[in-house]
Amino acid sequence: MSSEVLLDCKGVWKLYGADLQTFLTRHANAPSDQDLADHNIIGAVRGVDVAIRKGEIFVIMGLSGSGKSTLVRCLSRLIEPNAGTIGYEGRDLLAMSDAELIEVRRRKMGMVFQHFALLPHLTVLQNVAFPLEVQGVDRKRRETDAMRMIETVGLSGREGNYPRQLSGGQQQRVGIARSLVTNPELWFLDEPFSALDPLIRREMQDEFIRLQSMLRKTIVFITHDFDEAIRLADRIAVLKDGRIEQTATPEELMTNPATPYVAEFTRHVDRAKVVRLQSIMTPFTGDGPWSGALPGKLTVAETVAQIDAGEHPFQVLDDAGKPVGMVSARQAIDVMIGRPAQ
Amino acid sequence: MSDETVNMTPVIETGRPEKGSGGAWVFWTVLFAATWALSTWSFALYKALDARWIIRFPARFALNLDTWITDAVNWLVEDLSFGLFTFRDTTRFLAAIIEAPYDIVRALLIDGFQSGQGQQAVEMFPPLSWLAVIAVMVALARYARDWSLAALVGGCFAYLAIFGQWESAMITLASVLIAVPIGGVGGLLLGVASYRSDRFERALRPVLDLMQTVPVFAYLVPILVLFGFGPVAALIATVIYAMPPMVRNTTVALQSVPEEVIEAGRMMGCGERQLMWKVLIPTALPSIMVGVNQVIMLTLNMVIIASMIGAGGLGYDVLTALRRLDIGGGIEAGVAIVVMAIALDRLSQAFAERRLRPLPDPSLPLHRRHPLATGTLAVVVLTTLSGFFVDGLRTYPEALTVTTGDFWATGIEWINVNFFDAIDAAKNLLLTWVMLPVKQFFSGIPWFWGIAVVGLAAGRLGGWKLGLMAAAMMAFIAASGLWGKAMTTVYLTTVAVFLASLIGIPLGIWAGQNARANSILGAIIDTLQTLPSFVYLIPVVMLFRVGDFSALIAMVLYALAPAVRYAAHGIRSIDPELIEAGRVSGCTRRQMLRRIRVPLAAPSLLLGLNQTIMLALSMLVITALVGTRDLGQEVYIALTKANVGQGLVAGISVAFIAIIADRVVNALARSTRERLGIK
Repeated sequence: MSSEVLLDCKGVWKLYGADLQTFLTRHANAPSDQDLADHNIIGAVRGVDVAIRKGEIFVIMGLSGSGKSTLVRCLSRLIEPNAGTIGYEGRDLLAMSDAELIEVRRRKMGMVFQHFALLPHLTVLQNVAFPLEVQGVDRKRRETDAMRMIETVGLSGREGNYPRQLSGGQQQRVGIARSLVTNPELWFLDEPFSALDPLIRREMQDEFIRLQSMLRKTIVFITHDFDEAIRLADRIAVLKDGRIEQTATPEELMTNPATPYVAEFTRHVDRAKVVRLQSIMTPFTGDGPWSGALPGKLTVAETVAQIDAGEHPFQVLDDAGKPVGMVSARQAIDVMIGRPAQ
Repeated sequence: MSDETVNMTPVIETGRPEKGSGGAWVFWTVLFAATWALSTWSFALYKALDARWIIRFPARFALNLDTWITDAVNWLVEDLSFGLFTFRDTTRFLAAIIEAPYDIVRALLIDGFQSGQGQQAVEMFPPLSWLAVIAVMVALARYARDWSLAALVGGCFAYLAIFGQWESAMITLASVLIAVPIGGVGGLLLGVASYRSDRFERALRPVLDLMQTVPVFAYLVPILVLFGFGPVAALIATVIYAMPPMVRNTTVALQSVPEEVIEAGRMMGCGERQLMWKVLIPTALPSIMVGVNQVIMLTLNMVIIASMIGAGGLGYDVLTALRRLDIGGGIEAGVAIVVMAIALDRLSQAFAERRLRPLPDPSLPLHRRHPLATGTLAVVVLTTLSGFFVDGLRTYPEALTVTTGDFWATGIEWINVNFFDAIDAAKNLLLTWVMLPVKQFFSGIPWFWGIAVVGLAAGRLGGWKLGLMAAAMMAFIAASGLWGKAMTTVYLTTVAVFLASLIGIPLGIWAGQNARANSILGAIIDTLQTLPSFVYLIPVVMLFRVGDFSALIAMVLYALAPAVRYAAHGIRSIDPELIEAGRVSGCTRRQMLRRIRVPLAAPSLLLGLNQTIMLALSMLVITALVGTRDLGQEVYIALTKANVGQGLVAGISVAFIAIIADRVVNALARSTRERLGIK
């Protein structure tokens, strides 16, 4: 993963109440929760810093009312934050003129919405082609591009249908195709699967993983579902009352929660599906015998059957295929049954 | 009951007054008793004290607004000049802009295109054949929904041809075809503007309120003075009357587009204009089309009134028949308006509800892709061209028309002969026991107490601002010397609203609980609402002759619909869980109704009451034609004398009464909703 930052959000505040500018100036852009309460001001997003790196899936996780939807709307400037900067390709998104912003949104950003937000009077094809239409791309080209995108999301044959003729999952596929048709580098997904049935949700998550393995976008993904966050994220920011509790990889969250609030989420998650071999391995000693070698990036859940079946420990390999540690059945089973490691 | 049990009583029970209601009870009793006492003894008081001001507003303080307005308008029309052109030129220019398309549509539908004038006129092109018009209507209905709607619409238009109403109907259709696009597009643009700008909306709202509450007659007078007698003046009045719901509807429709859709539009990089015309309006289109439907219905509602200032067609036929007391002719033309209204109503509703169909395969030839359009075009061209040679294709052959006039005349006569005594007895009963006492009560109230009592009541219900506004409005009426007529208005409206609620609310409650009753009542109510208000007058006058009683019956019939509809809606929209909760608690049907359904439907019932009052008031002005002596009569007299000031002042007085009623009932509905915790 490259560590180049694409979207750099610093000290972003979104408040609701009266006379906010004076309030923020008086408190040097860093009011405390008490200050907010004293002035009857609601802090939807409170001093959030996030740096989203190129090519990563960055999940913002929070329960309803935590400010996650407001935050993603600040990042895309659908909502005007009261303070802070949002750096994008070396420029401040918040300082852009309307025309510049429209240009950036047309070329660089795509967004998927919880309730799909499809235009009811347009067919699937027209919906997917709509962002191109808005840019003034001629009909032939935009329809060719849209058809290709419809094929990518697996909706070929439905392009003449209207949104109401499709199931929820299919409608969201249209939403995804529409958000990707301009080939944006930054992809926002605002609770894209929350309105879907659990089975379909799972299917769409798989579909999302498949798409991302092909497309390699930089993704900001909003969810209230911790399992979903764990499953999809490269890194997760846990949001509570408009503040970030912790930003970390799923594994770090599981193994090292920063606050009791985060710990509460991790408690009921199946650790084996998150914890990778590289974080439970013991240092590599070099002496065998070995039952085999496994990449350290695999999770315990993916490998436990194999490890358990082997007579001896397994070597753990790094990205380059070099052995860096070893793991035994005992260690894997500790994770599976939640026994503290010895 | 102990305190604990009281606390455990469910929310539903809030039907009974809450704390502090003891004070409210006293307030209302005292207010009513004082009003009643003053009303009963005001005349005696005036005699005893020799204080004439008690029953008459002192002339010294009278507002002479009517004379000022009349003078101002006269100055506008006679003297105002902008240098190069005068005010009158401006109105003429406006008139010409509207007249040109109207003439074209009229030529297309009925007159044919001619070159030359008068006797030397040579026909260049015949009007559309009646078959062609029917074919177009059928095709539109098929396009909008299905063949059964097409059959209904086709049948309606065929009726107009067969029953000899074709020519008048086409003149009416021509004015609909001009008024609806102007009202629709104008309303859409104003609606868009008030969606975009809060300030614009705030400025526009009172104007719309006035446009909807000032009786039409009131602005007929200035329009008549400015634009002269003729179809253009009628069209302008129609557009003013029909546009406000379109504006409101558009704004509400745009506001109810989901926030996500707007955000999606922004994220795709739409500019403001693209967002409005490519995202917002298409998404809101089905709701906006409901507004268009209303514009059409209100336009048809106006056809008779508009014929007073020069619109021809079916409305003119009804008006002349009514003046001649030609029973058969009036009903015939009235039914034709109804038939046309039903056809256009269903057609426009179908357009509003139309679901998009998959696009046709573009590789097919044109006539295969669009068989309906091409087929209709063929029929139109063929029948119209053959109109040059075959007269029967051009206008419906007279020999084949059927007239129902005699049938209606005989029918009414038969009822009058056989049921005169029964009808008369019912009439006298209602007059003696209900109408006269109420009338005496209202007309006895001295003007100063009337102002005070309205202010106090409105203030109590809706806050002191509303109280002050209501009192000021009543003072305006008194100062304009219209107090007595205003009280007659209030009395007729009160009785009509009371009767309409008495009949309508139980029907609505029944319809809300019974699907069969709902479908039957719904159909009746739909039809009642499609009828132009004028049509109600025809049978009523035939049966009950002129007077307050006829006016009352017409008002009750006209105002019945919202009482039924809102009651049914209120009952139906109660959360089913609450009904189940009641059932589980073992409520009997009666208890369910009394303890759960009616209290929870109360806000909806109040909204229905509000609409009932509005409709009764708007009908009141029309019933002036059958001889009531109220504000409506005042406006009507102003119309016949073309007295702008008199008409406007009386019209504004009616509007003020309507606005007070509207605000007060709304305040009541709001507080009820808050009490029940319903949004």
